[in-house]
Amino acid sequence: MPTTEYAGTAVEVNDEGFLTSADQWTPEIAEALADESGIGPLTDKHWQVITFCRQDAAEQGQPPGLRRISKLSGINMKELYQLFPKGPGKLAARISGLPKPQGCI
Amino acid sequence: MKHLVILGAGSAGTTLANQIRGRLPADWSLTVVDPEPDHLFQPDLIFVPFGMQEPQRALRPRRPTLPGTHWLQDRVERVDPDKRQVVLANSDRLNYDLLVIATGSHIRPEETDGLTGAEWQRSIFDFYTLEGARNLRDALARFEGGRLAINIVEMPIKCPVAPLEFAFLADAYFTGRGIRDQVELVYVTPLDGAFTKPIASQALGSMLDERGIRVESEFNVGQVDADTKTLRSWDDREVPFDLLVTIPTHMGAEFVGASGLGDELGFVPTERHTLMAQGHPDIFVLGDATNLPTSKAGSVAHFQSEVVVENLLRSMRGQSPVEGFDGHANCFIESGYGKAMLIDFNYDQEPLPGVYPFAGIGPFPLLKESRRNHWGKLAFRWVYWNFLLPGRHIPVPNHMSMAGKYRPAPSADNTDQELAA
Repeated sequence: MPTTEYAGTAVEVNDEGFLTSADQWTPEIAEALADESGIGPLTDKHWQVITFCRQDAAEQGQPPGLRRISKLSGINMKELYQLFPKGPGKLAARISGLPKPQGCI
Repeated sequence: MKHLVILGAGSAGTTLANQIRGRLPADWSLTVVDPEPDHLFQPDLIFVPFGMQEPQRALRPRRPTLPGTHWLQDRVERVDPDKRQVVLANSDRLNYDLLVIATGSHIRPEETDGLTGAEWQRSIFDFYTLEGARNLRDALARFEGGRLAINIVEMPIKCPVAPLEFAFLADAYFTGRGIRDQVELVYVTPLDGAFTKPIASQALGSMLDERGIRVESEFNVGQVDADTKTLRSWDDREVPFDLLVTIPTHMGAEFVGASGLGDELGFVPTERHTLMAQGHPDIFVLGDATNLPTSKAGSVAHFQSEVVVENLLRSMRGQSPVEGFDGHANCFIESGYGKAMLIDFNYDQEPLPGVYPFAGIGPFPLLKESRRNHWGKLAFRWVYWNFLLPGRHIPVPNHMSMAGKYRPAPSADNTDQELAA
């Protein structure tokens, strides 16, 4: 596994740039990942989504898919696309330090 | 007397009922609940739009598919897991000691803004219902040229290769009519490629490419504008169409959500290997109704069924369930011009090239177009009605096997490689 440094911390990431362990994540790393993706600095609404994703993943044992985020985080689909452009499900998971959502089979 | 109740008599529920009927302990009864009078052979739906199968021939009366089984022709309103009761549409209550949810997944076009508006069943069609497939057949016959868009609204969908099959068959169909140069085919998908798994995605992607089918990837449709006949994504990309073939959002049966047993799409959270409903030791889930990360496909229901039979019998004896299911799936992919591909995979192993089901013998080549696979797909219709549905044993291993498969070199062209010895 490659190691990358974010916000002065070395973390393990997979080939697609997702953290391999949610425990290595910090809010500072999220800001660094957001900058790298061109959506930083993170706003309160971003954090509302990130907080939901991390909490839900801890409870469910897997990262939430896009539909689940739009239904339960309090941020609707349109806004999710504005906050996390292109693929909000994937991008929100990556910035939240979670694996890529498995929604697509 | 104790009661085993199976909800749903599609491929999954019918196979299970027929496999377990003769093996039940003497003090157990079996009831199957399904409101529909006929059994639909869903793999035929892909052939209907192209006139390759008559709609009526995809249906058979349900009664003979459930010999010797008590079939209740009624709709389920909800399940009350605390009381162990099924509430039916006529308000009758059915007690159960063990319950199986096998009520499948269903399209919900109304989940997408504008999809079921003025153009629904006029220039916008599905092929996941017999009615939609029949209407689409008539629309294709009238179609003289323009842009045909094939759009997957969101994953997961039933038979995830069906939209690709539709694209391949449409290419062959319009070529056969001599108007292929008048038709632009666009494949609009929320995925980042043709398919979900990398090696198969690459192979299938080049097949689309060779056929001049454009792929519009990572497109999550937010709205269908019926006035301008345009697909609009959540991030404001647009794909205009003359004819839209939509694969709408799929959801589990309505009663699942109403019973508090479903996730946000109405699929039942299920233990990956035992197929027990999470937190409900007296409920098992079979086929498309689960939330499991495997294909929603008949082959999966079949491989799961043997595990559910065993776990139901174990539960009846007071034993804990076995972890018997590995996510095994396989699908024929009809590719047009009398050829098809076959893929075979599970939770951990993506589809690879090789042969199936027997190493060195096949007879079916994997991840490669061949006439033999096409005949395999057609022969499957007979195998389905005569072997799978009646619950007879077929000589195909239940678990996925790596024997006969190989992993291609990263840069190699999959289709040209010979099977490594």
